[in-house]
Amino acid sequence: MSTNRRQFIKISALGTGGVAMAASAYGFAGSFLSVFDSSDEKKSINMKRYPTYCEVCFWKCAAWTHVNEAGEIVKIIGNDDDPHCNGRLCPRGTGGIGMYNDEDRLKTPLIRVKAEDGGEDTFREASWEEALDLVAAKMKDIGDYYGPESFALLKHGSSGKHFEHLFKSYGSDTIGEPAYAQCRGPREAAFATTFGSWVGSPEPTDIRDTKCLVLIGSHIGENMHNSQIQEVSDAIDKDVTIITVDPRASTVASKSKYWLPIKPATDIALLLAWMHVIIYDKLYDEAYVKKYTHGFEELKKHVANYTPEWAYGITTLEPAQIRKTAVEMANAAPAVIVHPGRHVTWYGDDTQRERAIAILNGLLGSWGKRGGFYLKEKIKVPKYPHPPYPHPQWSWENLGEKYPLAQMGVTNELVNASIPELAGEHEIKAWFVSGTNVTKSIPNKKVLEKAMDAIEFMVVCDTMPMDVTGYADVVLPECTYLERYDGIRSATNREPSIALRMPAAPPKYDSKPSWWMAKEIGERLGLGDYFDFDKYEDVIDWQLQKMGSSLEEMQRIGVKKFPRTSGPMYFEDGEDFEFATNTGKIELFSTELDELGFDPMPVYTPHPEPEEGYYRLNYGRAPMHTFSRTANNPNLNDLMDENVIWINPKVAKNWSIKSGQEIYLKNQDGIVSSFPIKVRVTERIRWDSVYMVHGFGHKNEKLSRAHGRGANDTELISNVKIDPLMGGTGMRGNFVTFLTDNPNLVES
Amino acid sequence: MKEELIISGRNLPHIDPHLNLWHWQISLYLFLGGLAAGILFFAAIVTLLGKEKEYEGAVKFATLIPPIALVVGLFVLIIDLSHMWYAWRLYVTFRITSPMSWGAWTLMLVTPLSFFWVMSYMKEYFLYWRWKEGWLGKIEGIVDWLAKNRKLMAWILVPSTIILGIYTGILLSAFNARPLWNNSILGVLFLTSGLSTGAATIILFGRSHKERKLFSQIDLILIGIELFLITHMIMGMLAGSQVQLEASELLLGGQFTVTFWVFVVMLGLVFPAILEIFELIGFRVPVYIPALLVIMGGVVFRFVMIDAGQLTRFLY
Amino acid sequence: MRYAMAIDTNKCVGCTDCVVACQTENNVPIGYCRDWITETVDGTYPNIEIELRSERCNHCDNAPCVRCCPTGASQVADGGIVITVEDECIGCGACIESCPYEARYTHPDGYVDKCTFCLHRVKEGELPACVAVCPTKCMYFGDLEDPNSDVSKVMKFRKYKTLAPEAGTDPHIFYLI
Ligand SMILES: Nc1nc2c(c(=O)[nH]1)N[C@H]1C(S)=C(S)[C@@H](COP(=O)(O)OP(=O)(O)OC[C@H]3O[C@@H](n4cnc5c(=O)[nH]c(N)nc54)[C@H](O)[C@@H]3O)O[C@H]1N2
Ligand SMILES: Nc1nc2c(c(=O)[nH]1)N[C@H]1C(S)=C(S)[C@@H](COP(=O)(O)OP(=O)(O)OC[C@H]3O[C@@H](n4cnc5c(=O)[nH]c(N)nc54)[C@H](O)[C@@H]3O)O[C@H]1N2
Ligand code: SF4
Ligand code: SF4
Ligand code: SF4
Ligand code: SF4
Ligand code: SF4
Ligand SMILES: [Mo]
Repeated sequence: MSTNRRQFIKISALGTGGVAMAASAYGFAGSFLSVFDSSDEKKSINMKRYPTYCEVCFWKCAAWTHVNEAGEIVKIIGNDDDPHCNGRLCPRGTGGIGMYNDEDRLKTPLIRVKAEDGGEDTFREASWEEALDLVAAKMKDIGDYYGPESFALLKHGSSGKHFEHLFKSYGSDTIGEPAYAQCRGPREAAFATTFGSWVGSPEPTDIRDTKCLVLIGSHIGENMHNSQIQEVSDAIDKDVTIITVDPRASTVASKSKYWLPIKPATDIALLLAWMHVIIYDKLYDEAYVKKYTHGFEELKKHVANYTPEWAYGITTLEPAQIRKTAVEMANAAPAVIVHPGRHVTWYGDDTQRERAIAILNGLLGSWGKRGGFYLKEKIKVPKYPHPPYPHPQWSWENLGEKYPLAQMGVTNELVNASIPELAGEHEIKAWFVSGTNVTKSIPNKKVLEKAMDAIEFMVVCDTMPMDVTGYADVVLPECTYLERYDGIRSATNREPSIALRMPAAPPKYDSKPSWWMAKEIGERLGLGDYFDFDKYEDVIDWQLQKMGSSLEEMQRIGVKKFPRTSGPMYFEDGEDFEFATNTGKIELFSTELDELGFDPMPVYTPHPEPEEGYYRLNYGRAPMHTFSRTANNPNLNDLMDENVIWINPKVAKNWSIKSGQEIYLKNQDGIVSSFPIKVRVTERIRWDSVYMVHGFGHKNEKLSRAHGRGANDTELISNVKIDPLMGGTGMRGNFVTFLTDNPNLVES
Repeated sequence: MKEELIISGRNLPHIDPHLNLWHWQISLYLFLGGLAAGILFFAAIVTLLGKEKEYEGAVKFATLIPPIALVVGLFVLIIDLSHMWYAWRLYVTFRITSPMSWGAWTLMLVTPLSFFWVMSYMKEYFLYWRWKEGWLGKIEGIVDWLAKNRKLMAWILVPSTIILGIYTGILLSAFNARPLWNNSILGVLFLTSGLSTGAATIILFGRSHKERKLFSQIDLILIGIELFLITHMIMGMLAGSQVQLEASELLLGGQFTVTFWVFVVMLGLVFPAILEIFELIGFRVPVYIPALLVIMGGVVFRFVMIDAGQLTRFLY
Repeated sequence: MRYAMAIDTNKCVGCTDCVVACQTENNVPIGYCRDWITETVDGTYPNIEIELRSERCNHCDNAPCVRCCPTGASQVADGGIVITVEDECIGCGACIESCPYEARYTHPDGYVDKCTFCLHRVKEGELPACVAVCPTKCMYFGDLEDPNSDVSKVMKFRKYKTLAPEAGTDPHIFYLI
């Protein structure tokens, strides 16, 4: 080691003011790095980057996958031009590299081997030929015998799109995803009936310019939807007033000017009281209400008795606090957002709660206004030509008939239709599951397992040996998003943009992209015309050319923005605007619900409360995990390797439970958690509830890091309150008690 | 309720949930270093005073221990280095602010001296060897030269063993991140303890009643000083900042209370002191009992300080 | 030049992105970390305060880790950045013992590793990886001696604190409160 290098490093803090860093010549830098950290040297030179968009959640941030000289994927960095991430991924996106590196990944197709004489079934490894032949043969058989409609597709994420195309070509539109009936469904139905428009993803909330952000439960900051949290932070810099309504001291509650620690399940009462104050204290936007809304007078009458004092008895929130926050909203209007939330399937009256949220926004005049809801836009990606899809005899729509406002497949109805006793006219006989770990995302495990037991055939396409794969007859290992081309991302936003996903490395093991699986199965079914391409990049290139770009250009830039064509993001004052509702107005009074025989305006109904010794099971997100999918991700598991159960200190004292202690949970129906969970005694939770992060307690032993770590909230959710309007599964009406001894030992 | 937790799953080996990086190797090394320093210090003093004949145990026999102690100490120290093959790095630089650097260089001086010292007595240990023949003949010159220059070695040893003895304490007290260690007394305390265990060892090797008695007296004084210093150290911590108060808790009413008060203070200091007093007033006490107890106390003291010290911290 | 970081506790959501980003940027092995997140909760429901902090080496001006290092492997690089040099380190652990913030760890390869303020990036005019990734943009990095740097600017109008100032290390990570 030569002396001058050492000198450079050892310039002391009191030194001569230092060598100007920018002036460091290249050669100098090189020699510097070699003494400093040889691994860094490797990294900073000769790195290649490939565009992608993230698949760790559905925000779909565009990013660059960085690959070193050895061809290893070393890091993923957000694309600066992308409006979903602005160059900054969330922890899960940054840790997405762990999805690729996880050595527990599915490595090869697997086929179930039925056990002889009562033993346990096993999987055997199979070739792609064999596995795809089997899937195609079963699809043919079931299609011939019961009709293709009885083969259902349960999917989520990008891979689902390819199989959706396969299924529609095959003649089945019996499709559903948990992101509807277990997630956003109620708010989409509610906003559609009110504003004639879905909220959609990303939400068109103009948070960066808002003056007042009202969060009903929505725990932004733990819910890491990327640009949303970025904008909240920008708004904090501009001194936004945040009003958080949450029974738990969420992270964002701690950053809010007003945290309303509401009693769980009583939000509608608060929302009605807010309406009351806003209407009777004349805080609403008179001109806006007059011009754009329908049914103000009815609403006024409806909320006449819903005073803050009335709400106090229900919500435990001080009337003064309710009035004050209503005034704050009105003062900020129209730059105010009463956020619709996202996972809103809580208590079964969720569409009505979301209606109340929508109505508040209508009264405050925030829709179509800067700092409220902007008018979103996206660009259409042209359809790659294929013959028209056949018309199925029945589809998800028939299964969801009971729920007039269901706009997508209701997964739980698909599940019911798979159980002969519960099925109506139409029965489902087989499942194709892709990109969704249904055993963790759809509640009421007993029913779900019954369905999986009843069906004749089940295919699971996944990247990981998740719990759901354990129920499959055939498992198809997909390569991760970092190893494949996929559909072009186009989503609504302030301005339209598209993003490309391309492989940064060849698929590891014997995994394959889902577009290839769909095409191979399609060809085996004689549907080759629907897959008229060799490689998926041909499809993408064709589409991009049509859009005035090209595969080559997108490989270089990753993200391309397009100018808006639908006009400005906000209404001018007094501008005419036709909403896509029956009346063409914002329906404070819903004519559609009225016609259907439902409450046209939301009412408060009380919900059951926990019995003595039981606590309401509350759950949510941890910022570094996505549902169950990241629990085994080495990078993210490193940050949080199990969930814990939050218990209020008073409760813990009664039970003599200490932080770090392992307990089992038992719910109101006697269901005991499969695994113990560690306790966190904390003031962040109420005395009538407990809280845990969703997505842990994995049962598949092949998940070496996640197996048996923490508890699974879903298995404790056996009391499901179905939303009569759109079929969503209200999941927050479950109560648990504590078992301090291992129940498995007690029994045996 | 106040809660403070690390939420990013931090679990660094030997650091989380609490520091646990230095183990028995360091404790043993600190003890052996102090012991060697103690023995050599007394050997050097006796030699400088010209009393080698009266105190043979001190100069000739107990001194067989330091080379072994230092080699073993250095060995466990080096195997404890996590980047062991770079250990030579210690000797291409001298860092004036680093007690560890001081220690490394002092050891570099004292260890060979401890060997030379023993060599200088070779002829006396092995009176009947044929010193003129074979390979013995080749080293005879060196042995003779060393024997002649023993006083010179003693002159070097006095300051260097004091540095070595103090260093074992300073090494710890320099860490102000560890409130238990971070006090000005620990250096002198460890030196005293080193001298005391040294004196105790000399008692074990003592050749005459006179020698044993002298070193019992010395040891008694050293124990007195030690007790004084320990009291002083704890008083200091009690008067100190919050973190020091918490640190003192470990010794006064925590995890290490029993070990510290029973094994270090009672059995390692007070009880042997009482025995030595009895011995001095004329009761017959087998001398090796208090001596061994003092040595045991010295060992336990190092272990307690290393283990407890790492539990004390500023944050979390 | 004196590099420093200011972190806004009013905006940090404790998402740990800074921790993963550091890991992938700096080849920090799984199971180890150069930065971490602490959460403090004070009070009684519903009157509670939560503070979230992203923590790392404080690049102390009076750095005990540098002082106590017997080989000089721990040293102060340009701009007051405290680093360790892999092949000068013997792994004695003295620096780990000396750091009041427990900001250092022994790399599985044996040497001691810690936050470098991403010197290799800073040198190229880029922000440290954790700062560049933070979704809430709550971290500010730059030269304290340059009045126009991000840190200097934000520290001018905000209140701030440091961790364990009583340890006397003169830390250079500032928490905006
Ligand atoms: N890190 C991370 N981020 C994610 C995801 C992820 O998996 N990981 N998933 C994404 C997806 S798909 C979705 S849908 C969203 C979901 O994220 P959100 O829409 O924010 O989900 P919520 O269910 O509204 O939020 C849970 C919060 O509701 C509170 N809560 C519980 N009961 C009540 C109640 O009765 N009233 C009120 N007011 N609040 C209550 C809980 O205390 C908790 O703080 O997150 C998205 N972001
Ligand atoms: N109890 C409870 N249930 C819930 C929720 C809750 O908070 N609590 N949240 C609800 C909400 S909001 C939603 S949106 C849903 C989400 O429900 P899901 O989308 O089912 O969520 P995950 O559990 O992440 O399951 C995703 C699956 O896709 C796999 N996967 C990941 N990447 C790929 C890929 O590239 N290709 C393929 N083929 N597979 C891949 C993962 O390994 C995993 O098995 O869950 C809902 N259900
Ligand atoms: S929000 Fe995070 S996990 Fe979701 S797509 Fe963006 S980076 Fe990926
Ligand atoms: S990335 Fe930013 S917001 Fe997230 S924990 Fe780190 S400092 Fe806080
Ligand atoms: S924080 Fe610790 S490691 Fe960093 S400079 Fe200060 S003492 Fe050294
Ligand atoms: S472990 Fe390495 S860096 Fe730390 S003090 Fe020892 S030699 Fe120096
Ligand atoms: S500055 Fe660099 S090395 Fe330090 S914590 Fe941040 S990312 Fe890690
Ligand atoms: Mo969701």
